[in-house]
Amino acid sequence: MGDAMSNSLRVAADPLPLAYTLLSRGEVRDCLRRMILIRLFEENAEQAYMRGLIHGTMHLSIGQEASAVGMGAFLTDADKITSTHRGHGHCIAKGADPARMFAEFFGKETGYCHGRGGSMHIADVERGNLGANGIVGGGLPIAVGAALAMKQRRQPNAVVCFFGDGASNEGAFHEALNMAALWKLPVVFVCENNKYGMSTSTERSMAVKDVADRAVAYAMPGVIVDGNSFADVAEAGYHALRRARAGEGPSLIECKTYRIRGHSRSDRNRYRTKEEIESWVRRDPIVHLREELLHLGLLAAEEIAAAQAEAEAEIASAIEYARQSPAPRVSELTRDVYTEPA
Amino acid sequence: MDAVVRELSYAQALQEAMAQAMEADERVFLMGEDIGVYGGAFQVTGDLVHRFGESRVMDTPIAELGAAGVAVGAALGGSRPVLEFQFSDFATLGMEQIVNQAAKIRFMLGGRVSVPLVMRFPAGSGTGAAAQHSQSLEAWFAHVPGLKVVQPATPYDAKGLLLAAIDDPDPVMFFEHKLLYKMRGPVPAEPYRVPIGTAAVMRPGRDLTIVATSIMVHRALEAAATLADEGLDVEVIDLRTLRPMDRETIIASVSRTTRLLCVYEGVKTLGIGTEVSAMVAESEAFDRLDAPIRRLGGAECPIPYNPDLERAAVPQVPDIVAAARDLIRGAV
Repeated sequence: MGDAMSNSLRVAADPLPLAYTLLSRGEVRDCLRRMILIRLFEENAEQAYMRGLIHGTMHLSIGQEASAVGMGAFLTDADKITSTHRGHGHCIAKGADPARMFAEFFGKETGYCHGRGGSMHIADVERGNLGANGIVGGGLPIAVGAALAMKQRRQPNAVVCFFGDGASNEGAFHEALNMAALWKLPVVFVCENNKYGMSTSTERSMAVKDVADRAVAYAMPGVIVDGNSFADVAEAGYHALRRARAGEGPSLIECKTYRIRGHSRSDRNRYRTKEEIESWVRRDPIVHLREELLHLGLLAAEEIAAAQAEAEAEIASAIEYARQSPAPRVSELTRDVYTEPA
Repeated sequence: MDAVVRELSYAQALQEAMAQAMEADERVFLMGEDIGVYGGAFQVTGDLVHRFGESRVMDTPIAELGAAGVAVGAALGGSRPVLEFQFSDFATLGMEQIVNQAAKIRFMLGGRVSVPLVMRFPAGSGTGAAAQHSQSLEAWFAHVPGLKVVQPATPYDAKGLLLAAIDDPDPVMFFEHKLLYKMRGPVPAEPYRVPIGTAAVMRPGRDLTIVATSIMVHRALEAAATLADEGLDVEVIDLRTLRPMDRETIIASVSRTTRLLCVYEGVKTLGIGTEVSAMVAESEAFDRLDAPIRRLGGAECPIPYNPDLERAAVPQVPDIVAAARDLIRGAV
């Protein structure tokens, strides 16, 4: 995967990154647009929270957009993902409608979960997103089960399982990877290592340096990529998905990245320095992708500006849709605890 | 043509239900620890692996949390998993997936998905396996909206409830009693369903209602036979489903007999009989009561190893006879 942590831009003389040889210009443009959409979605959600329009809490993935969209680049609607508490990016990358996401944040009946789930449980099953998860590591065995069902149903698809560095210390991670490898299931485990499980750094919580090192215990490939590089993530994802769909079993991809915002609304940033945060702000994955595409001549400045404008318009109309949507009826409090008889 | 009814053991009835479900629906598969060539710790899956193959009777690693999550994911993916926990006590290792995921996914996702899975739990004391292999934890699960909890007491209900559970679109926690596995009873050969959420009046009576679960149903029936010799007429209800509970059958019975005794093996405090008692106390049956409601449940201690201590830790027939007699004769 090259120098995983490199921040230098490629020059035009370098061979074109694999992702750009496999994706059309239109697809690359759409990936950039989605990364911008995720950023704008979260910035606007944060503002709405500050203004009291959203209650509860939320976990922002600002700075981690490349891993979500990079992994999504080679997925179809028939492929599935499981996501995490920091899952807005995964959801948008899988094709979700920001209007229904905002409606969910606002607790409205038109939201993806009819206002029952909120930020931490958004799912979009029609697009193959089995849902964010409020439990660290909760999605890992579920992803393996979904992959088992694909194998049983003879579907030629794969499951991408997003999780964080913190989840790799959970028993569920180890049980899930073992079973996925044992049964050669079509699943790609994607660790977004953003260096901290809440406030506890990977140095203080992991006996190994890299999450990818844990793959060897489960006889699967484990690779490290620059999680802030769309092209690097997409390339690793492409190889892992091809392996999964060919029936050769699971892979582990560790995306080294960083969350610019705090863990959640309660975070006072007492466990990391301003300098560290600023060093990662300078490695913004959206800025990186924009400049890379310009350098490589894959997109013109006007096309990038148009993608930005489209995303801004989509977010504005999404928020308006959410604000005007009806609230759930209190009389339907216990609806959908069980499946109603047909 | 008359239906063919044979004598089968409770374990054989469960096995037949799983076999018929797998024959009828290729989405149904079994998973669990040592359920393949070993046949399951209690031989419930028996030789099913030879009939259906390892892809449908899947041995899992010893990884209860992971296996529970795989069942959830497989159910979301369109399969119909039936997961055997080797002992119900090991549910503690899988609680995250059962309580946070299986039970809540439908609700959290606004009803856009269902999670059709069955988890089978061999439960109960009486085998000398001591504190970590003998518990009756079913009430824990009945406390969780989103789960259904069933607990058959007879071979007939074992088959009918398991087929109903496999058909059910929601997660069903299926509690079996280890001491009942060898018990024999009439079981129709054809597939049939016992509706989830219905209690069964096992013995009609006028003087007292006993609401019992699992093996306690049989002890209650034995106690009722003894009391009949004394001229006391006891009605015995097998609760069968803990969630959703069949309120109507219980309230109607207690309204008629005017006395209620709950008998269950789980620890008495906050056991299922506590809920039955409270439900009756809140109902129209309360005004009809001629005696205080009474519960007989497991002792307030872990299940001990010594056989005499083990017997003393859960209700036995003489305990039920004495409690029922006291209630009817007004000694309490």
